[in-house]
Amino acid sequence: MNTQTKHRDTQVRPAFTTLIRSYFIRHIQVFFYSLGQLSRAPLSTLMTCMVIGIALALPTGLHTLLKNAQQLSGSWESTAQISVFLKKDIRPTQAKKLKSDIQAWPDVISVHYISREQALKEFQELSGFGDALKALNSNPLPSVLVVKPKISKASERATERLLSKLTNLTQTDKAQLDMQWVRRLYAIMNIVERGVLILGFLLALAVLLVVGNTIRLAIQNRRKEIVVMKLIGGTDAFIRRPFLYTGFWYGLFGGIIAGLLVSFTLISIGSPIEKLTTLYQNQFQLKSMTFLTTFTLLSLSVLLGLIGSWIAVGRHLRDIEPK
Amino acid sequence: MIRFVNASKRYSSGFDALQNVNFHMAPGEMAFLTGHSGAGKSSLLKLIALLERSSRGQVIVNNQNLTKVSRRNIPYFRRNIGIIFQDHQLLFDRTVYDNVALPLIIAGFSHKDIGKRVRAALDKVGLLSKEKKYPITLSGGEQQRVGIARAVVNKPPLILADEPTGNLDPELSAEIMGLFQDFSDVGVTVLVATHDIALISQLPYRLLTLKDGKLINDSQPDS
Repeated sequence: MNTQTKHRDTQVRPAFTTLIRSYFIRHIQVFFYSLGQLSRAPLSTLMTCMVIGIALALPTGLHTLLKNAQQLSGSWESTAQISVFLKKDIRPTQAKKLKSDIQAWPDVISVHYISREQALKEFQELSGFGDALKALNSNPLPSVLVVKPKISKASERATERLLSKLTNLTQTDKAQLDMQWVRRLYAIMNIVERGVLILGFLLALAVLLVVGNTIRLAIQNRRKEIVVMKLIGGTDAFIRRPFLYTGFWYGLFGGIIAGLLVSFTLISIGSPIEKLTTLYQNQFQLKSMTFLTTFTLLSLSVLLGLIGSWIAVGRHLRDIEPK
Repeated sequence: MIRFVNASKRYSSGFDALQNVNFHMAPGEMAFLTGHSGAGKSSLLKLIALLERSSRGQVIVNNQNLTKVSRRNIPYFRRNIGIIFQDHQLLFDRTVYDNVALPLIIAGFSHKDIGKRVRAALDKVGLLSKEKKYPITLSGGEQQRVGIARAVVNKPPLILADEPTGNLDPELSAEIMGLFQDFSDVGVTVLVATHDIALISQLPYRLLTLKDGKLINDSQPDS
């Protein structure tokens, strides 16, 4: 009897505070243990991370390019202008009077007057048809008022109204909004944006499947270990933990690879794009991934890794029971 | 410590592994469970460790009615039982020390405590010098002793052993049995399933005999 009580005394459970501390220490241990497990098979780990990285790099890269394009077209929009071609019988003094009238309108920022002579000179310089123009005996070009409207994305209608107001002036031959193509570009970009979103969703799904499948294989490889853990009283959470951390690492490394792929791609296409934009007399520098994009990419990929492994563990852990 | 009340186990294949088994083991008692293969020894141990649930009747272990232990609580229940297998169930990618430490890590013991308890358990089975070795480098008898150290390292009140001497020669078997006797002496309940009649006939312990899933004999050493 004496020995019995003695035994019960020694069969102590850890104290509550010890349990809490052990719990956190255990998490840290598993955090690094799972990393160590991955580093033991560097090639297959790298391949899995590369698959995840490439899958995530595609939508991320497209997103960044799209953001660049939007920024570029945004700067174009602010330079939108209405060209008012005046009737040929309007004399320069009349045109200048009209210019100051329009300038007073509340929805106009500025008006620039180009006389017929100026227009001809500019055309000769820029078009390369100078010699052909010399063959004409009179200046075929009208004088132009370049009206810069107050503009914002929301005030599309206001711009239209201004356009019709300018068209209806008696002095006007024709008024043209040089922004139509920017609008078309916007519409196209909206479609592309939607496409990137769908592509991103599908590739995220692919990442889930890749992680899920990799973790499923890991579970199968460690079947015996799981059985032993269950036999000696390991809870589901305890057994699940290393696999979840493995998923976390896959997600993190995949995200980092995706980030690097996108960055390198942007750097390598940066200078050709710069060359292209200088040809269009435009100062433009390709922006790399923003901090927000990088942060979103990494947290999303980690989240996908965790969810993928969670699904795999949830599905397969119950199937493995000691016999 | 263990009480079976009309416990039966029928597998989904329709095979009756146990039929109306009744017996009781007091805390600190040691007993052998015997019978030919397929008589239901393993099934009986599985019911105690909640590896299987009884189809009918009651199994009560450590004052817990096992039909009332939910799936969630099975791990916590098992921590009170040290289970020893014929095939050791050791993890070969970990050292002897890590294998024995596993139940303590699972239970959340502190690092310092784990070291002390693992060395105490290894000392008990005489393998203290081999803590850094991998199980694959040990002999069959040594592997079995590692399995025993792991089963007792968190000092459970109940030890179950399924054919622990199945692959060992008589001398090693006697050594293993000696260990079980030691645990029993300090108040641990020990139930050993074995068909090694020659070995257990020399030992003064209670003998439960199964045949075709029925308990046909329950003999105390004195009677």
